[in-house]
Amino acid sequence: MNKTEEQIVKRAAELLDNKEVDKVIGWKKGEFCFDPSPAAFTSSDELKDFVYNDFCGANLSKYLVNECKSGGKIAVFLKPCDTYSFNELVKEHRVNKEKVKVIGVECHGKLDIEKIKSKGIAAVTGAEESGGKVAVTSLYGNAELDKNEVLLDKCLTCKGKKFAVADEIIVLNEMEETKNDRFSGVEALEKMSEEERFAFWKAELSKCIRCNACRNVCPACTCNKCVFDNNASGVATKAPADTFEEQMFHIIRAFHVAGRCTDCGECSRVCPQHIPLHLLNRKFIKDINRLYGEFQAGETDEGKNPLIEYRESDAEPSSAVNGEVRHA
Amino acid sequence: MLKFKIDKLNELFDTISAETPLAMPLEKAGEADYGRYEKGAKPALGVLKTVKSPKDLFFPQSETLMKFKTEGKNLAVEAPDENVTPFVLFGVKACDYKAFEVLDRVFLADPVDTYYQSKRNAATIVTLACSKPEESCFCKVFGIDAAAPLGDVTTWMDETYLYWQANTNKGESLTEKVRALAEEGGEDAVAKQQKATREIIDKLPFSHLDLSYFKENGTKEIFDRPEWKELSEACLACGTCTFVCPTCQCFDIREFRSAKNEVIRYRCWDSCMYSDFTQMAGGNNRTTQMQRYRQRFMHKLVYYPENNGGLFSCVGCGRCVNKCPQKLNIVKVAKALGGKKHD
Repeated sequence: MNKTEEQIVKRAAELLDNKEVDKVIGWKKGEFCFDPSPAAFTSSDELKDFVYNDFCGANLSKYLVNECKSGGKIAVFLKPCDTYSFNELVKEHRVNKEKVKVIGVECHGKLDIEKIKSKGIAAVTGAEESGGKVAVTSLYGNAELDKNEVLLDKCLTCKGKKFAVADEIIVLNEMEETKNDRFSGVEALEKMSEEERFAFWKAELSKCIRCNACRNVCPACTCNKCVFDNNASGVATKAPADTFEEQMFHIIRAFHVAGRCTDCGECSRVCPQHIPLHLLNRKFIKDINRLYGEFQAGETDEGKNPLIEYRESDAEPSSAVNGEVRHA
Repeated sequence: MLKFKIDKLNELFDTISAETPLAMPLEKAGEADYGRYEKGAKPALGVLKTVKSPKDLFFPQSETLMKFKTEGKNLAVEAPDENVTPFVLFGVKACDYKAFEVLDRVFLADPVDTYYQSKRNAATIVTLACSKPEESCFCKVFGIDAAAPLGDVTTWMDETYLYWQANTNKGESLTEKVRALAEEGGEDAVAKQQKATREIIDKLPFSHLDLSYFKENGTKEIFDRPEWKELSEACLACGTCTFVCPTCQCFDIREFRSAKNEVIRYRCWDSCMYSDFTQMAGGNNRTTQMQRYRQRFMHKLVYYPENNGGLFSCVGCGRCVNKCPQKLNIVKVAKALGGKKHD
């Protein structure tokens, strides 16, 4: 058990034993170190299965939408990037913050087991990070990989070590700021010709199997009934029809979360086909920054987001299309 | 036994596809899935698991059942042509091949699903033995030998050769078409690879998963286990597990107006994880995600075996183990309910 995990489990046990909270949302051990699942714990006895390691990439904030519907107080462990999602959910009245104790936990970037396996390592039995290297054990032999090569995509362009919200924090080791430019991927796409860009997205989006994992994991997608699940809407569909998947579903979803997406990166993490969906959202974020001024969704749990606020100085739609500079 | 030099494989695929359509794992935008081979396509035979299974070839994610056309006061109903062109399905792994048996028992039982049957009959299946199974594989639990898959032709691949063994008449006639590209031999290399593969499989962490609990206990008892709630808690209600699964077979039937005077009735994969799954006029008999989650595993481990002589509706391909966004899976369910840990 690492020291941070020890501290987290100790705090969770205190909160449950003192009846300060009725439930703790965290991560539960899997069969290996790399397959923990989000889980709720209601007694300190259950905490023997609690885990906090390099593979706890899942953002737990969305689980609070349902958890808050039942009575009782909840403690949730959020990494810095997850706290932005929490704020956004509070702002949208999907989570009642009075019911939740947010405990910020340190994060040094989470690892992607699929990236580890894509290095040609099969039958992985363990993986441990230390000093920028990841030591992987497998039935076919051991390997050492650079951490940066096997980080989750979302961690490559980490929002930083700031907790947008936290009632308390557990940080034993100082977190390092990443210096990666999160818009570099978008810029590469912007530099393509229209034909190239269309070909890129067509190839990526035609892999979509319409499993809806991106939508269901998204903390900004919390409609009680999604229009695409509503048989009365006329647009409900379960089949991945080419033109629809390539041109409609993901783009409509990106529009719907534009201005509210905190760039948590869960959509790309969960995609079984590794479609870089976060690039769609980031394009919107980049454009919003340009047209309406720098804005980070989830920075606070109050106020209005650029796309739902009207100011006379707002950019005209035509200037957005033509790529002109925003108003001051 | 025949063998083809690895650098002659494209020639082999070109030869086969010149005569009959050829479906095989291909790389597309970084991922491997079954697709139609055409000259210049990128075969992905080195990939252990395609994202989706080859069930798509017999039971496509979406397919037209019939079309309705109106002209004036006349209504015409058009069924798709059931004469499917014979095709070759290449590179099927042992687990996915076994999954066809699971699907056959559903689609080919009376009343026969002719859409499935016509494609199934049209296929010559060439399997490919595994040589580098991974931690999420557990086909051994279901009595599958990944080193000796069945099919019309069985193949094995190493760094230098693809070894080829015809098993059926269909396989023999495919062999005749490609024999000119092949050399004789390879028995020793295949035996050596099989031994190594089986040794690794024996050591895989899930290879000795014990499923006896699901055979020894009554449906009601398993259904009522309190653990289902905790097991399903993190489920996002997405359809990833069901859509990557080689044995999931549920579908929905829908219609859409494709032109002013035409309506297409189609079927598409459905997922028991979805809130409108088997929804009826009176509502839905499963209203919580726990119930939906339980349904999936009860179907695989209890209901299906009850109706099919004890055959589980899981072949241990491990795709759900790899792909569940929150790392929930059938192994965790089996262990939590069966209570017996692997060695």
